[in-house]
Amino acid sequence: MEQQLIIAIGREYGSGGHEIAEAMAEQFGLDFYDKNILEEIAQAQQVSSDHLKRYDEAPRFPWMSRNVRGYSNSLEENIAEMQFEFLRHKAKKGNSFVVVGRCAEEILREYPALLSIFVIGRMEDKVKRISEKQHVSPDNARLIIARNDRKRKMYHNYYCQNKWGDSRGYDLSISTSTVGVERTKDLLEHYIREVMADREQEQRSEFGLE
Amino acid sequence: MAAQIAAVCIFIVMFFLIITERFPRQYVTTVCGILTLVVVFGLCMHSAEAIWKVLNVESIFHVGFWYAPGTAEESATGINWSTILFIAGMMVMVEGMAKAGFFRWLCMRLAMLVHYKPVPLFLAFMAMSAFLAMFIDSITVILFLAAVTVELGKLLRFDPIPMILSEIFCANLGGSATMCGDPPNIIIGTALGYSFGDFLFNTGLMAGISLILVMVYFYLAFRKQLSAVQITSEDIASLPDPASVITSRKEFIISTMIFACAVLMLVTHAQTGLTVAFIGVFIAVVSLIAAGTNAPMIIKKLDHPTLLFFIGLFIVVGGLEETGILESIAGLIGALSGGNVRLMIAIIIWLSAFASAIVDNIPFAATMIPIIKSLAASQGIPLSTLAWALAMGTDVGGSATPVGASANVVGVSVAAKNGHMIGWGKYCKTAIPATVIVIAVSMLMIFVRYC
Repeated sequence: MEQQLIIAIGREYGSGGHEIAEAMAEQFGLDFYDKNILEEIAQAQQVSSDHLKRYDEAPRFPWMSRNVRGYSNSLEENIAEMQFEFLRHKAKKGNSFVVVGRCAEEILREYPALLSIFVIGRMEDKVKRISEKQHVSPDNARLIIARNDRKRKMYHNYYCQNKWGDSRGYDLSISTSTVGVERTKDLLEHYIREVMADREQEQRSEFGLE
Repeated sequence: MAAQIAAVCIFIVMFFLIITERFPRQYVTTVCGILTLVVVFGLCMHSAEAIWKVLNVESIFHVGFWYAPGTAEESATGINWSTILFIAGMMVMVEGMAKAGFFRWLCMRLAMLVHYKPVPLFLAFMAMSAFLAMFIDSITVILFLAAVTVELGKLLRFDPIPMILSEIFCANLGGSATMCGDPPNIIIGTALGYSFGDFLFNTGLMAGISLILVMVYFYLAFRKQLSAVQITSEDIASLPDPASVITSRKEFIISTMIFACAVLMLVTHAQTGLTVAFIGVFIAVVSLIAAGTNAPMIIKKLDHPTLLFFIGLFIVVGGLEETGILESIAGLIGALSGGNVRLMIAIIIWLSAFASAIVDNIPFAATMIPIIKSLAASQGIPLSTLAWALAMGTDVGGSATPVGASANVVGVSVAAKNGHMIGWGKYCKTAIPATVIVIAVSMLMIFVRYC
């Protein structure tokens, strides 16, 4: 029986977390989910995904939102719930995948196949990466990073008990500034393989195969 | 003075916490209600009598609470148990009807009757939304109507947003027509002793005339989208047969009969003397007996938080009333209007509409009732005139924004869950003008008829 593996990667803006998540999906041959979840949802609903993407991973506006019997007028909240439901469905079906953000480390917590990672980085490294990638000045990059991290934090903390980036809420927190993005990928690959080997060992013992 | 300050502080904190949704609203009102009992009545007023008065349990044991021939009895200060029992009873009935597939059947049947043609479908769903909301809570009406609209939109390839927006508005408008249509009306009716007929011939008339205007308005607002819809016979063939959505024929017939019975009892309650509390309890008992082994499930699915929310809310508002705060506000409105009845009506209806557009209209209506009572007494204006202004303002004002009324939130959410995004801009673009039209028409009707 093939072992289910769900890798949930949270990340600071500009830390290289997204790139690492893509590399892990490729390395382990897993489906990769980020905002493309909305494309699948839109396809199923027969609507354009463009309308949905602007509300992706965005915090709700508290003063402009109201909840009634589990229904919310906040489009951000509805999109988030649809994505959570999508991920729960995939996890329940036994699918293996890598997911970036979207509170996955909390909403999929009940699945033993989950491995959650939070990727951070030093501000100067993140500023350098964003400046180069988006062709903006370091000052602008700093603002972009601060704005996006604030949004991610608000989004995450509304739906989750554990605070965004708090290492107690993840299996592993790692800084790409220590050894660089490329070597972080290698380290994580090794770490994930170790975890999988342990889990397999546990499963074998549980089923009395050893 | 200390009691007044404490009552106002508790009320402001409660309102703030309800709006921010930091905690579930039923916990907010319950904790604030307990604080009112302990701090305002206990520590500040040292009055066990005031606590007993606000809890209002005694009223349940009066015959007049269940049976009041002639004029309906006014509810005393504090917890309005009639409202709570009636709402609970209706919740039980609606759960049974939903389970049997009644609402989905009704929507599909009506769509079939108009041959799925876009404009007749659009107008028919608006009318049905208003009609159903006269007797059933608007959340349930929109929950089913919006879901069927999305389904039809998918199968017939049209954008369901214009229809959902107009259905939401009409559900709120329909709710304003009767005593049981919208929670503010139930609170107003039971607190001030008005009957179903009183509402029907006053707010009902305003709502009826407004509905015609609103249907024309929404048609004009969305005519381009509606005329672009092309439906083929193949599309129609792909639709499910209305009868196929009925989950149980037996349950369907029983729940339809219970609904008809509830409507009959409500329409005739001024003649029979049966109070809304009696009707609520009776309908709940009959629905539960009919549900048989499903009864525990129906009770479990009841919206208990809403009932708890009402209890806490009534206590907090009772605190404001007992300490004389609301009387002072009434005095202020009276002074502002300089005794001019029309100006007073205009203030009440527009203030209610504006407030309900941005905050929950239930606490607002509950707070305003003692104010209009006091205004009527001090200014010599018929209480009913102010009551109709308050009812129309709170019921219709909530239609203006996505957060103004529960039906709006549910409708927007059902659309969003199906990939149709209705943001504030899209919502308000048609809803605000429609709200202004209805409030203006209602105000003019009140001026002409009662002043």
